[in-house]
Amino acid sequence: MSTVTAAAPRARLRWALSDAYVITRRDVQHWANQPVAFAVGLLFPVLMVLMFGYVFGGAMVVPGGGSYREFLLPGLFALTMAFGLEVTMISVATDAARGVTDRFRSLPMHPAAVVVGRSAADMLNAALGLAVMLGCGLLVGWEPHRGALRALAAVALLLLLRWALVWVGVYLGLLAKGPESIVTVQILVWPVGFLSSTFVDPSTMPGWLGALAEWNPLSATVAACRELFGNPGFGGTSFAAEHAVELALAWPALLVAVFLPLSVARFRKLSS
Amino acid sequence: MSPPAVLAEELSKSFRTVQALDRFDLAVPAGTVCGLLGPNGAGKTTAVRILTTLLRADAGRAAVAGFDVAREPTRVRASIGLVGQHAAVDEALTGRQNLEMFGRLHHLGRRPARSRASELLERFGLADAAGRAVSTYSGGMRRRLDLAAGLILAPAVLFLDEPTTGLDPAARLDVWQAVRRLVADGTTVLLTTQYLDEADQLASRVCVVAGGHVVAEGTPQQLKARLGADRVEAVVRRTEDLGTASALVGGAAAAEPEVDVATRRVRVPARSGVATLAAVLEALGRSGVEVEDVGLRRPTLDEVFVSLTGRPAQVAA
Repeated sequence: MSTVTAAAPRARLRWALSDAYVITRRDVQHWANQPVAFAVGLLFPVLMVLMFGYVFGGAMVVPGGGSYREFLLPGLFALTMAFGLEVTMISVATDAARGVTDRFRSLPMHPAAVVVGRSAADMLNAALGLAVMLGCGLLVGWEPHRGALRALAAVALLLLLRWALVWVGVYLGLLAKGPESIVTVQILVWPVGFLSSTFVDPSTMPGWLGALAEWNPLSATVAACRELFGNPGFGGTSFAAEHAVELALAWPALLVAVFLPLSVARFRKLSS
Repeated sequence: MSPPAVLAEELSKSFRTVQALDRFDLAVPAGTVCGLLGPNGAGKTTAVRILTTLLRADAGRAAVAGFDVAREPTRVRASIGLVGQHAAVDEALTGRQNLEMFGRLHHLGRRPARSRASELLERFGLADAAGRAVSTYSGGMRRRLDLAAGLILAPAVLFLDEPTTGLDPAARLDVWQAVRRLVADGTTVLLTTQYLDEADQLASRVCVVAGGHVVAEGTPQQLKARLGADRVEAVVRRTEDLGTASALVGGAAAAEPEVDVATRRVRVPARSGVATLAAVLEALGRSGVEVEDVGLRRPTLDEVFVSLTGRPAQVAA
């Protein structure tokens, strides 16, 4: 039996891709082995559509008129992406606590493969989750009004947010002492999710809180999606409201710029 | 002579204020089984983590299968298997999926990975459980799968880090059996353990580790001889009987007894093992000295450390 170690760059790249593929496929096998847990994960955001769209929705007034569900759905798309942070973090923390990370590190695989495979698997999960939510949205009367191209751009912005959060999740997962510490993050994701323009117009909040909500990275993506889908927004006149698409690009870029190097450093620290 | 399969020279490593390894030296000849014996915190696991490229040493050098662990980690990784405390399997995958995945990550093709997985599942008695998620496995089955995962490529050197810690006696025997088969195939094994009997069962050479370095080295027989054999211990009810008891026990065992007045204890080397115990029992029984306890005692690991380092194991750690 042979292994490839210090081979030519092209062979190295081929092995790196093969390693990353094996790591990605591992997650797909997890989903297939635990179909119920996987389905619950995908359907949880749908429950939020029903809760907020129908239970609370009647009491909501959309600024400038329009359907609350049209207003709500882009917010829930983005929130679904934000909740993905927990998925990344739990996977990374579980592998580290169970010794699977060490097993990978003791194998002759490409050093980047674990993390590339992780992000590919999480993005696949996010794409499936988003597809379910888009389908659910269409069923409850939400629709994009500004053409396929802009709708695709909105989907790309949503996935960009999720991809940025992969790095936050990898970092926090490596920082965590075990899968149990996820609870803390689960609790913190909620206020961040709600303190945004996801559910209500920030101008209805007390001034300082509204400003926080408007500048929340999640709100940037939500506002950009409303704009690109042509759904009713809250139409604020602040800088954040007028440059939603730019901010929906800038915030994820900033998150990646901060958390990707932090994750790499944390991964290196495992061997010190 | 061929170079040692595992070589460590003056390895040092500290974590914040704890000096885990302190000029640690080790040489394991190819094709042998070396046991690193020591209590928790002696530095065994740190040594294994450095030798398996999981951890960088602060100073010193190490080579495994002829490759420097710091300069050629990928070559080292391609030559080793790691099993134990710090390597594990994926609980949410089946046994077969785990082995196929690790096979692919060792850069076996799809089909070779599959057939290697089947082979290992068969060999470790897991063929029937191959399609079940590892989360449903017993501790012993999981450890056997772990062992199989460490053997995907028939490694030149296998590291077993406390392979039986936390296993019940039956599962422990299972793992021992599997390790013996490997050794018969000529694999070099570096094994860490807290148990004297485990080192005795598996290793041809034992290195006793304390305070971050090797304090004694030899075959299990040599080490035991150094530590003194089993002893017979008798505890009498009344302190005034100690003199009589000591004379009787010494006579029966044909050796110089040791007396501990505070615990009313008489100790003597059991040169003939159980026969010495029987002789002591008979002599004491006939004398009418009131005895609270008589027994055959083996040196404990703590005593090993006291005798080798002059310090209790906990302090040595």
